[in-house]
Amino acid sequence: MQLSVWTYEGPPHVGAMRIATALKDVHYVLHAPQGDTYADLLFTMIERRDHRPPVTYTTFQARDLGGDTAELFKRAVHEAYERFRPAAILVGASCTAELIQDDPGGLAKRLGLPVPVIPLELPSYQRRENWGAGETFYQVVRTLAGGAPRPAAPRAPGATRSCNLLGPTALGFRHRDDILELTRLLADMGIRVNVVAPLGAAAADIARLPEADFNVVLYGEIATPAAEWLQRTYRQPYTKSIPIGLNGTRDFVREVATLAGLDADAEVARISARSAWYSRSVDSTYLTGKRVFVFGDATHALGAARVATEELGFQLVGLGTYTRERAREVRAAAEAHGLTALITDDYLEVERAIEAATPELVLGTQMERHIAKRLQVPCAVISAPVHVQDFPARYSPQMGAEGANVLFDTWVHPLMMGLEEHLLTMFREDFEFGDLSPSHLGHAPSPRVDHTVEMSTTLLPGGGAAVAEMAVADAGVTLADEPAAPAPPVAAGAPRWQPQAEQELKKIPFFVRGKARRNTERYAAERGITDITLDTLYEAKAHFSR
Amino acid sequence: MTATLPTPAGCAVPARPEKGLPVLRERGQREVFCGLTGIVWLHRKMQDAFFLVVGSRTCAHLLQSAAGVMIFAEPRFATAIIEDKDLAGRSDAQDELDRVVGELLARRPGIRSLFLVGSCPSEVIKLDLGRAAERLNRRHGPAGVRVFNYSGSGIETTFTQGEDACLAALVPALPEAPADAEPNLLVVGTLPDIVEDQFARIFAALGIEQVRFFPPRRSAELPAVGPTTRVLLAQPFLADTVRTLLERGATHLRAPFPFGVSGTTRWLTAACDAFHIPSEHLRRTCLPMAERARVALEAHRRWLAGKRVMFFPDSQLEIPLARFLAEELGMELAEVGVPYLHRELVGPDLEALPRGVQLAEGQDVDRQLDRCRAARPDLVVCGLGLANPLEAEGLATKWSIELIFSPVHGYDQAGDLAELFTRPLRRRNVLTV
Ligand code: SF4
Ligand code: SF4
Repeated sequence: MQLSVWTYEGPPHVGAMRIATALKDVHYVLHAPQGDTYADLLFTMIERRDHRPPVTYTTFQARDLGGDTAELFKRAVHEAYERFRPAAILVGASCTAELIQDDPGGLAKRLGLPVPVIPLELPSYQRRENWGAGETFYQVVRTLAGGAPRPAAPRAPGATRSCNLLGPTALGFRHRDDILELTRLLADMGIRVNVVAPLGAAAADIARLPEADFNVVLYGEIATPAAEWLQRTYRQPYTKSIPIGLNGTRDFVREVATLAGLDADAEVARISARSAWYSRSVDSTYLTGKRVFVFGDATHALGAARVATEELGFQLVGLGTYTRERAREVRAAAEAHGLTALITDDYLEVERAIEAATPELVLGTQMERHIAKRLQVPCAVISAPVHVQDFPARYSPQMGAEGANVLFDTWVHPLMMGLEEHLLTMFREDFEFGDLSPSHLGHAPSPRVDHTVEMSTTLLPGGGAAVAEMAVADAGVTLADEPAAPAPPVAAGAPRWQPQAEQELKKIPFFVRGKARRNTERYAAERGITDITLDTLYEAKAHFSR
Repeated sequence: MTATLPTPAGCAVPARPEKGLPVLRERGQREVFCGLTGIVWLHRKMQDAFFLVVGSRTCAHLLQSAAGVMIFAEPRFATAIIEDKDLAGRSDAQDELDRVVGELLARRPGIRSLFLVGSCPSEVIKLDLGRAAERLNRRHGPAGVRVFNYSGSGIETTFTQGEDACLAALVPALPEAPADAEPNLLVVGTLPDIVEDQFARIFAALGIEQVRFFPPRRSAELPAVGPTTRVLLAQPFLADTVRTLLERGATHLRAPFPFGVSGTTRWLTAACDAFHIPSEHLRRTCLPMAERARVALEAHRRWLAGKRVMFFPDSQLEIPLARFLAEELGMELAEVGVPYLHRELVGPDLEALPRGVQLAEGQDVDRQLDRCRAARPDLVVCGLGLANPLEAEGLATKWSIELIFSPVHGYDQAGDLAELFTRPLRRRNVLTV
């Protein structure tokens, strides 16, 4: 048994739902109890889809168990077919149904429906959501595209000047916008997108996948099993680079140009993004060396680590993923930065790692957003699991050149702006500047905690200034109290704060105060200092400043 | 198509009159949460209790999704996720549970009650949580932690029934009130603290002194129960809890549920009658509150009177709320769906429904959606999975879960309750996009 407080991924059948919902005319019959229907709200509320997911649940009850749950399942498949007339039917079991072993695949096949029936074997007690999505997509592709004639010889690069985009699903993190961005990018190169799948594809489109020259894998977590099968079966190569950030996008363009038989240097030379200039502009100097912790699915964590270091000049102080299947790649990337990758799906372990790394910015999932909130560190979300605010109304891709611009804006936003940081120092004694909270950072955390759905869109209060930037504010201003989130517990035997030092600490703007406190305590603890004096405070400041 | 086909799952059993009300009984796909969901509000009510679901990743994901977001770094609920090795017998599930509980209690020393919550997987593999609770009680009891167990599984419980199962599991732990104790009132069902305080003030003003609420705010402070206990239900989904309280000698006071002015007055009347408080005293005490509630409702009546509302089965609040909307706000009832019809508990509300209203028990969600589209009600009360799709079809909806999470009981919430139904209509009126 694994004690789990929050989970990064749902069960594998939720991954299958993401594929079924992404496809246009495929229905999924899931042998599951009634409570499992909660998964619908992920699509209708979080993603705000205007249709129910194409999923029929058998919703068997205890009284059915001794009786005929198999019969119930067959009825559900039959009725779903009659009602929805899908082009293909996926069938499978949720965790509970897996235990009662009704064999949904066998039962459905015996109904003799006139459309393909695709049985899904998703071991619920071993695997998770992304694996389930990848496996489901692979089964769909194999079944629906497997009839096309196999090519006798390797393809000539650029024979049809077309490719498929593989991997975007329902409930994906900005998948909707990445498709558009990359389709434009490819069009600029004269490459046509043959099929985007699974998002928006019909069963007939899946059957056309083999017509393209090669495949673009957007999200390896989901598309790799299908892409490998297409490579083996139809000799379609697929892309391996992650088009996140300007450099990632350039590598991607080079890879695509090579696959398409184009002049790679010329294609790469055409790629630019405003983010590159913004990063070089003087206002961005303050970003240099900001300590950043990255955690997410493998694709986005790898992409973010690269952008953070190469394109924003941050220092990577932590890198991790919950995608165990791609641990090797993430480990290698972490090692390149002298780090040990954090491979886990234990939220508490991630929390401990972030706390220990004392980052100034966290790039993570909605989970890390909450960890960062508690630690009073700014955070931007880069990866699923998703929240309603991860589906913005505006165009907001993560990939391609526009994606690089979006990343610049969304990561730098929660940090202090250089200009404002100076203003802050200048106005620190102005009583009107009381809460010392830059206007763009939203509001201080409200002590009111809602018990239903949090719809707030504030990122985080508080800036990312390190102890090095401890602007000493006047004690007379109405400083906000320590924000509502509890300060991390101080271990027994921790250094004691002398009153004078404590007073001085209170003069530090509240949004860096927690950090200053922690750093000073760490500095003291490491040196066996038991009493923190005014000097200790400033020694620590000097120590941590760069 | 060659295979012989069984009869459709959703075929409705022929309608049977329900004291003059036709009831459509359906068995098909249900679109309702399981009882685990109750943890979302129970853990907030009893702040010294911890809820440990023994289940699958699905159960953990449900809780996380139903709770909306991760509000606390570490909430007072968690899931012990059953893994392959537990199923394959490579590890003893009971030993594993002991280990997980040990870790949990070590980290959360403030916990006074631990609820082991069964799920579909734990029930299907017949993991005996009762035995686990007994054993863990022996181990952790001396440290002041009581361990309880109940089922919130989707194969046994529907949404709010999880609270029923939880409270019923607590009843045996309630202290015994002596047979000659003062007559006392026990208000049963989770209410937001603010509403509980309002009712406590009203009961005090009425002269009912011995009043306790169940569940209590601190799970370690359980109310006593005995033959002089009068049970007044605040929520309509507590059938097992009532039954176990009756077994402890208590008496159940039959009343409609305290929604709106008339519901609240009749609910309080039931308590007054049991405590021999003259109705004149009740009238005088509650008049100002009832008056201002009536004024608050008046503004909403303009929006709601004559409009048609349809309820999808969800929380069991459907019948009391339908009564409120029809009787106090003049709405017409298109169809009132309930997960299951408990005639005893909702009887007084049922009797106040207009004649001829269509009741539906159980669910076949696709057929119900067909009926909904055909009826095109002015407002649909439904779960989160259905709301946006129906809005996209042009129907106004109210998500039912908000009715569970918001303070809606009593006089001073009558206006707020009505507002939950008018807001979707007003919003549609305001928007021009
Ligand atoms: S229906 Fe059963 S398996 Fe599904 S979440 Fe509820 S208890 Fe868990
Ligand atoms: S444990 Fe059960 S519900 Fe959870 S993912 Fe596995 S099969 Fe589905």
